[in-house]
Amino acid sequence: MSKDHIRELVVLSGKGGTGKTSVTASFALLAKKAVLADCDVDAADLHLLLTPMVEQRHAFMSGHEAVIRQHDCTGCGICMDSCRFDAIRREDISYRIDPVACEGCGVCYRLCPAKAIDFPDRVCGEWMVSGTRCGPMVHAQLGVAAENSGKLVTTVREQAWAVAVDKRIPLIISDGPPGIGCPVIASLSGVSLAVVITEPTVSGLHDLQRLLALARHFSVPTAVCVNKWDINPQQTERIEAAAEAAGAAILGRIRYDRSVTQAQLQQKAVVELEAAAGDDIRVIWKQVTALL
Amino acid sequence: MAASSRNRSYRIAVASGKGGTGKTTVALNLAAMFGEPVQLADCDVEEPNVNLFLRCDQLEATEVTMLVPEVDQQRCNGCGACGELCQFRGIVAIGTRALVFPELCHGCGGCALVCPTGAITERAHPIGTISVGQSGAIRLIEGRLEVGVSLVPPVIRAVRDHLLDEIPAILDAPPGTSCPVVATLRESDYLLLVTDPTPFGLHDLKLAVALARELNLACGVVVNRAGEDLVGLYGYCQSENLPVLLSLPDDRQIAEITSRGDLVARVLPEYGLMFAELAEKLKRELGTTGGTP
Amino acid sequence: MNTIAFTTAGQELVAALDPRFGRAANFLIYDTDQKTTRIIENQQGRSAAQGAGIQAAETIVRAGVDTLVTGHCGPKAFKVLDAAGVKVFNCNAATVDEALQELLAGKLTAAENSDVEGHW
Repeated sequence: MSKDHIRELVVLSGKGGTGKTSVTASFALLAKKAVLADCDVDAADLHLLLTPMVEQRHAFMSGHEAVIRQHDCTGCGICMDSCRFDAIRREDISYRIDPVACEGCGVCYRLCPAKAIDFPDRVCGEWMVSGTRCGPMVHAQLGVAAENSGKLVTTVREQAWAVAVDKRIPLIISDGPPGIGCPVIASLSGVSLAVVITEPTVSGLHDLQRLLALARHFSVPTAVCVNKWDINPQQTERIEAAAEAAGAAILGRIRYDRSVTQAQLQQKAVVELEAAAGDDIRVIWKQVTALL
Repeated sequence: MAASSRNRSYRIAVASGKGGTGKTTVALNLAAMFGEPVQLADCDVEEPNVNLFLRCDQLEATEVTMLVPEVDQQRCNGCGACGELCQFRGIVAIGTRALVFPELCHGCGGCALVCPTGAITERAHPIGTISVGQSGAIRLIEGRLEVGVSLVPPVIRAVRDHLLDEIPAILDAPPGTSCPVVATLRESDYLLLVTDPTPFGLHDLKLAVALARELNLACGVVVNRAGEDLVGLYGYCQSENLPVLLSLPDDRQIAEITSRGDLVARVLPEYGLMFAELAEKLKRELGTTGGTP
Repeated sequence: MNTIAFTTAGQELVAALDPRFGRAANFLIYDTDQKTTRIIENQQGRSAAQGAGIQAAETIVRAGVDTLVTGHCGPKAFKVLDAAGVKVFNCNAATVDEALQELLAGKLTAAENSDVEGHW
C-alpha cells in the first residue's frame, strides 16, 4: 500500500485534561480499521483504555549524558566551573554529575584535562508495538525527567506509518501531546486532519487559540469539538465562534457525562458503554470521517 | 531542603503527572486563601493561564535572554571545532565559516570556549518574557515562552530567579514529568500533587511521585473531584506515606465557577475555608519538618 | 554539476523521490561524469531530536555534493547548503530517475530560498 492512501488524524487539546484521550479511544473503536499511535509520551494514558498486548519493546535513545569516572578524577574542578546547568557538585575529593540536571552539552567532557569524563548515549525512555482490540498500537513512555524534544513522538509516528503500510491499514489515529511546543509540532506536521478537543473555560479558549495558530503555521486542516459543553454554554459559543474565525471546522459538542470515568474504570472507551456522551461522540466521528 | 539550611522563605510547587487535574485551580485558590503575602509563579510558560484568573493588568515585563554565540567571520579560520563540539546544531561549521542557529542553541558556552582564534563571543538572545504584577496580597510572576522557541527550561529558571526571598512562593508547574517540570521543582521545598480518583489520575500520579522521589522532594496530595474511590487512590497514598491534605468534592459548581475565570474560594465560603485549611496544613508541614521527606 | 544528491527511501534510480530533506532515509548520490550512483544513509538527520535539516545538509556537504534535488527544503537546511555553495532544486517528480531527467533537461530552477517552514 502506498503512503498516499493513508490518512493520519491527530487528536490534540492545547490544554491538558479536556478529554482528548477518552475521545481518541472512542474514535479507535468507531473506526473500522486503524493503527493507533499514542503520541502523548510524557503522560501516556491511552493504553489504560485499549489494554495493549506488547509485542515489541525498544529503548529510546536521545542525546548524551556526562559521567565522571571517580577514580580518574584529579579534583581540579574545571568541570564544575564550566557547567552552565549547575549539574556538577563537589563530592569528597572529586566531583559528581547529577544526571537529571545534565544537559548533555559535552563541555565538561571536552574540557576535562584528565579525560576522566565519559559521554555515553542516553536512554530516555522506551517505545512499544502492541496489539489491541481496535488494531495495532504504537506507544511509548518518556523516562522521568527526560527532555521532551518531540523525537520520541516522531519515532512513534514513523513506526505507526510503517505498521500501516505493512498491514495495509489506511488510517492512523494519534493521541496527541498537550501544549504547543516541540512534541505537538512533531505530532502535527504533515497530518491529514487535527481534531482539537477543548473545554468551555477561559483556559480552554486561550489555549485553543494558540494551538489553532500553530496548526495554521503548518498548514494543517483543523476541526474543533467542545467537550463538557454544558458546564458553560456561553463559553462554548465563544469558543466555537473563535474556532470558526480561525478557519477550523466545528465538529459538534460532547456533554458532561460521568460515564467517561466509568469507562476508564472498566478499561473501555465511552462508546462501548450505554452513554449519552457516547452518542455525542458517534455524531462527532461521522463528521470527522466526512472531513478525512 | 531543611528549614535550618534554607535562608529564604519556602517554596511550594503544585504539579500533577497529568494535565487537567486542577493544578492551576489549586495553586490559585491556595494563593488567594494563604492568609499572608504570597508569591504565585506561573511556570507553565508554554500556556500560562494564571493571569486569566488574577487579571492583573499592571504588569512589569522583562525580557528573558539566553547567551547564544556570535561569530566574527574575519577571525574564523574554519577549523570546525565549534561545530564538532555542539550537540544541538546551534553552531555549524561549513567551509570556512561558522553558522549560528540561535533557536537550537542550549546556551552551554562550549563553542566560545573551544574556539582557538577567539572568533566566538556570546550575545543575549530573547527567548521569553517575565511579567510581574500585584493582585491584592498575591505577587504574580508569569513566565511566557516566546512563540517558536523550543527550549523551555531557561524561561522557567528565569521565573524562579524573579522570586523574592522574603515571601513564601507557590509555583504552578507545567503538566507532565519531563524537563520543564524538573526546572520548576528545582529548589522547591515541597511538592503538592494534584490528582483525581480516576484510572488516568492514579496512573499519572505514580509518574509524578517517581519524579518526586528522584528529586528527593517531600510531597503531599490534593484530590480533586473526589467521590467514590474506585481506583484505590487513598490506599495508594497511604502505602506511599503521602498525606492527602485536601479532598475537593466532585461539585459541578467548582467547574462552572472556574470555567468563568473566577476563584471558587472567593465565591463559595465553604471552599474558602477548605483552601485556608490547606494553607495552614502546608505551613505546618514546612515550619516544623522543613519539608524533608 | 558533478555530484547530485537525491532524497529517497530506496536504493536505486527507480526508487521514489522523498519529498523531505531533513528526515529522508537516504541520499542517492549521482556523479554526472562517471554516471555512477552510491547511497549515503541519512543517519544523523533521522535520529536528530532537532536540527535534522542541518544534520542532513552537513552530511551531503561532507560527501562532496554540489547539487541537491528534493521535494522541500526548510530554512535551516537551506542556510547551511547556501553557505556551502550547494544548489538546491525543488522537484515533485515521483522517482529519482524522473527528477534526474528533469534536472538534466533544464526543467528545474535553482531555489533562492527555503520553500517550507522548519519541521514540515
